[in-house]
Amino acid sequence: MDLYEHQGKELLREHGLETLSGIVAGTPDEARRAAETLGGTVAIKAQVLTGGRGKAGGIKVVHDPDEAEEAARQILGMDIRGHTVKKVLVEGGADIESEMYLSVTVDREAKQALILFSTEGGVDIEEVAETKPEAIVRLHVDPLIGLQPYQVREITFSAGLTGDTAKGVGRTVRNLYRAFEELDASLVEINPLVVTADGHVLTLDSKVTVDDTSLYRHKDIADLHDVEAADPEEQRAQEAGLQYVKLAGDVGILGNGAGLVMSTLDVVAQAGGEPANFCDVGGGADAEKISTALDIVTSNRQVKSVLFNIFGGITRGDEVARGLLAAIEQTGIRLPIVVRLDGTNAEEGRQILADNTPPNVHTEETMLDAARRAVELAKDGGR
Amino acid sequence: MAILVDDGTRLLVQGITGREGAFHTGRMLHGGTHVVAGVTPGKGGQEFEGVPVFDTVEEAARETGANASVIFVPPPFAADAVFESLAGGMSTICCITEGIPVHDMLKVSNYMRMNDATLIGPNCPGVLSPGKSNVSIMPDDIFTPGNVGIVSRSGTLTYQIVNELTQRGIGQSTAVGIGGDPIIGTDFIEILEKFEEDPETECVVMVGEIGGNAEQRAAEYIQREMKTPVVAYIAGFTAPEGKTMGHAGAIVSGGDSTAEAKSQALQKAGIRAATNPTEVGALVAEILGR
Repeated sequence: MDLYEHQGKELLREHGLETLSGIVAGTPDEARRAAETLGGTVAIKAQVLTGGRGKAGGIKVVHDPDEAEEAARQILGMDIRGHTVKKVLVEGGADIESEMYLSVTVDREAKQALILFSTEGGVDIEEVAETKPEAIVRLHVDPLIGLQPYQVREITFSAGLTGDTAKGVGRTVRNLYRAFEELDASLVEINPLVVTADGHVLTLDSKVTVDDTSLYRHKDIADLHDVEAADPEEQRAQEAGLQYVKLAGDVGILGNGAGLVMSTLDVVAQAGGEPANFCDVGGGADAEKISTALDIVTSNRQVKSVLFNIFGGITRGDEVARGLLAAIEQTGIRLPIVVRLDGTNAEEGRQILADNTPPNVHTEETMLDAARRAVELAKDGGR
Repeated sequence: MAILVDDGTRLLVQGITGREGAFHTGRMLHGGTHVVAGVTPGKGGQEFEGVPVFDTVEEAARETGANASVIFVPPPFAADAVFESLAGGMSTICCITEGIPVHDMLKVSNYMRMNDATLIGPNCPGVLSPGKSNVSIMPDDIFTPGNVGIVSRSGTLTYQIVNELTQRGIGQSTAVGIGGDPIIGTDFIEILEKFEEDPETECVVMVGEIGGNAEQRAAEYIQREMKTPVVAYIAGFTAPEGKTMGHAGAIVSGGDSTAEAKSQALQKAGIRAATNPTEVGALVAEILGR
């Protein structure tokens, strides 16, 4: 789960990280009042769950409340990579002396936390990694013993930091690692981490992503989930316990098991079609669940045909066929549906479908034939 | 032979009285697996389908000589269940549970490194050696004993491929589902090593997907160390960036994590890769001369 900048910063502050004072505003008038309260130069920053807002014009530095109101008017409602800006963060200014980069992520290969630190901050870290790899300190942390003081020293000494700056950065590294652990984060990133003229080490911009599977023990964070910002179909699927990802094509895809569905998407693409979505209905032949899934997939108006790819394992093909028929009846779908049923009792299942199906349901024996058929039907115009 | 589980496996089921645990214990028993004990704290002294239930793994192991475990406990308690299995002396631990927090798995996987035991999963279908032992939620009627080893990050894709093999009359030595999470106990390479050492396994099928770079590391290992032929398949070429595709670990996050990058690494290592699950069966048949 990605958090908005202002939410992430609030959590980081609770873990001892220093930020500028900021006020969230939902209207130009609120932004004006926030600028009045903060005084002086302020930044108006779009709050969106995506990167690249600076380039898109989503951040403006202004010098008085009038300008703040005008900037907020421009930014609020703006579309940044498909995300509509509903709130801005009005943040006080800082006298910046230097910019650095600091993050903690999960390294899947090493199976440990990975700290990245660089004195080249405020720019794309992946670019630094390519052009100037020696400017990045990489450090693994064993989760069984946690971050050790010598590791913090390795960061500050290798970066050539001294005095109060070294102390401030050291404290920031320790606090950020603690936040990473305590928040069950998969990413905490500060870019830039700035040192001000008066020696403060501040989190100027940050990104916090919390591991979805841990949300049961972070109710306060789970409550921050912005239902309105989510795609309505994806939100509905999530509530129904379905794995669903919306894509741009016209062939709706359902199946059981993440790997099989991913593979089905690929096979449809190989057959010259474009998948409209990923939808994993999981195991079982629950007609209710299949009909909810069918409903969500076909509520996307771009969908012109549906491919239902099932491998009968513990759930047998005949049970799946009955569940599917019940679901088609419940939803009253008219779109062409191609069903491919394989595995345990697949023949019985196919027979049941052959004996009872409405004219819009087509059965195929193999995944490849089913994909080709679904693509052809989509090209014929579907609905 | 086979790998990880065989006739000598004496299985203990953690969470045996839960819905999933009970259902799959019944199936594993039916498939001929020696399920010798179950553990559900607070239900010690009961029996489930003739299997004695204990309060702790330590007691169950002492009383029954269990040497492997399969875990069906809910995510908040799963890491604890793995630690308990380790403390109880289990040498193979299969964790079926989906949805264990990543930070729990970081601790578990680093602790596993200090022990000799093997953790398979989590978020996996388990391990099945046809005709010998079924420590999994896989449908055993699609399997047939034979010489092809399978290692996969996905459950249903494994079933699909096993079914294709069985229908061609090609049997399997062991199928291992290593799990779809970002942090798992055992990666491709450790399983490939075991298949390489297994005299019964004549060919290995490796099924990967988007996310991480385990396939690239496996490709290097195969090229460097393996004599047993390997057929690979990767899923997720059409996956968009930044979206989790069902499995928590199946996410494209730049560079190595794409299906394209994995496929190129396999190609570079001279490994035969199928473009769809059906082709896997054809390639294996070709290699085995069937």
